[in-house]
Amino acid sequence: MDYSQFLYMRPELSLIAIIVVLFIYDLFSGEKARGYLQPLTCLLLFAHILLNLFPTGDNINAFGGMYQSQPMIAWVKTILSIGTLIAVMQSNVWLKREDTHHKQGEFYTLTLFTLLGMFFMMSSGHFLLFVIGLELASIPMACLVAFDKYKHHSAEAGAKYILSAMFSSGLMLYGISFLYGTTGTLYFADVASRLNASPLQLMALVFFFAGLAFKISLVPFHLWTADVYEGAPTNVTAYLSVISKGAAAFTLLVIFIKVFAPMITAWQEMLFWVIIASITIANLFAIRQQNIKRFFAFSSISQAGYLMLGTIGGNAIGMTSMVFYILVYMIANLAVFGVISIIEQRTDGKVNISDYNGLYKTNPKLTLVMTLALFSLAGIPPFAGFFSKFFIFMSAFSAGFKVLVFIALINTVISLYYYLLVVKAMYINPNEQPVATFKSDAYTRLSLVLCTLGIVLLGIASGVYDSINAFSFGI
Amino acid sequence: MIHMEYYLIVSTIMMFVGIYGFFTRRNLLAILISVELILNSVDINFAVFNRFLFPGQLEGFFFTMFAIGISAAETAVAIAIIINIYRNIRNIQVKNMNELKY
Repeated sequence: MDYSQFLYMRPELSLIAIIVVLFIYDLFSGEKARGYLQPLTCLLLFAHILLNLFPTGDNINAFGGMYQSQPMIAWVKTILSIGTLIAVMQSNVWLKREDTHHKQGEFYTLTLFTLLGMFFMMSSGHFLLFVIGLELASIPMACLVAFDKYKHHSAEAGAKYILSAMFSSGLMLYGISFLYGTTGTLYFADVASRLNASPLQLMALVFFFAGLAFKISLVPFHLWTADVYEGAPTNVTAYLSVISKGAAAFTLLVIFIKVFAPMITAWQEMLFWVIIASITIANLFAIRQQNIKRFFAFSSISQAGYLMLGTIGGNAIGMTSMVFYILVYMIANLAVFGVISIIEQRTDGKVNISDYNGLYKTNPKLTLVMTLALFSLAGIPPFAGFFSKFFIFMSAFSAGFKVLVFIALINTVISLYYYLLVVKAMYINPNEQPVATFKSDAYTRLSLVLCTLGIVLLGIASGVYDSINAFSFGI
Repeated sequence: MIHMEYYLIVSTIMMFVGIYGFFTRRNLLAILISVELILNSVDINFAVFNRFLFPGQLEGFFFTMFAIGISAAETAVAIAIIINIYRNIRNIQVKNMNELKY
């Protein structure tokens, strides 16, 4: 066996190295040294991003096709690592609290393990590695959701998450078993060459899609989302809503391209209805939410619907626009959750939208960041969100889904209404006792500055879209 | 010799009994058992397909081994979380999991 193949897995290996270092440091550090865990993690993650900025090579095919990687996949890994770095920076205040302080090492290790699982999931070339990666991404995630041990909310959300994750992976495995039964192999390339769209394979496709749609939280499979997002600690919700969702959506696209390409008409039909349902139903439910975390849960379901618009064409331009959308959505949503989490920590758990009334008078800078992020999520022109929405609509339109794009456009207007409800609450609604003026810590401030820069610049700097476009592939 | 179809009938029944149980049970542990039924039906499927359709290879058996290991890990985490719920509210009935809604 050629051991140099391991070097192709540079992102995974450097992540494993970080995990081991952090684990050992956490194990042997005293009470005082534990305070340095946060800067250490940020530093190591930053080094990891720099190390993997340039892909190891084109079309890697290691371990007999078990592990595959393209420059595009390496780019998505870098994007997700940046998101994780920002999420880790934002969790500083929460992890300094009395009841979480002693277990902050666990938070970093578990978070990075989920990231590792997503890396394996994205660059798998065999269904076995894919399933292992998916489970590695979702089992530690359940621990993270239930991280606030002494709060019933957190435990309840954790139970809901792990049970629905198990159920969905059971469905997905059932689908994969029929793929195996009809093709006799589990390697992506071999499965693709032996697919003939027989009814059993169609059923396998539906089960498989159902399993991944649970992770992306598309509409018929979204029922866990709002509860889990509300009950989980806010920083975990931020991580769950962007990194986990982005990785699952990108994996779905890659597998549709690599494996299910012969059945393209079947999954396009399926995605068509799922996208319409996701965008419309989530938008209608978001309007009536009172709790801001639930509100953003429904917003993230509808954003997942928009993400799938990049998948439906199955072409290279769709992949470009989807990865760009993931990047922009990640930055904007992390900004939103950064603000929510710092307000929650400083006010002892205020998470209702009505608590944000009059925020502008006391905390103008936070309000500005939140407003920019909401504008970006809604797709208002100068900000990055407009460009990402524009590109993703263009890709679906050029693939011939004109009705779908029209429905998505109508829904953009509806989403503008409810995003502006929050803006209105912050600027206009009167409040006798608004959230008191406070100073956020350096990490949160830095992360919010980074997010704001991303929101303002990503759309205008056309180089980002072009450099993503150079590597995308399709059917 | 028992034909492949009989094994598949058993695994399909297990699968849908598991789905039915997942939606109707009112106790978290019973829901967990239902999910285990689903995962085990998948294992049967893989083993049967490998044994009867592709006897020359071991891919399906390997998949079964990994699936068993993964489902054990999932069950461990799920039970840990259920114990945590029990410590908080002294009860693991689904009707008490009602703090997160609307």
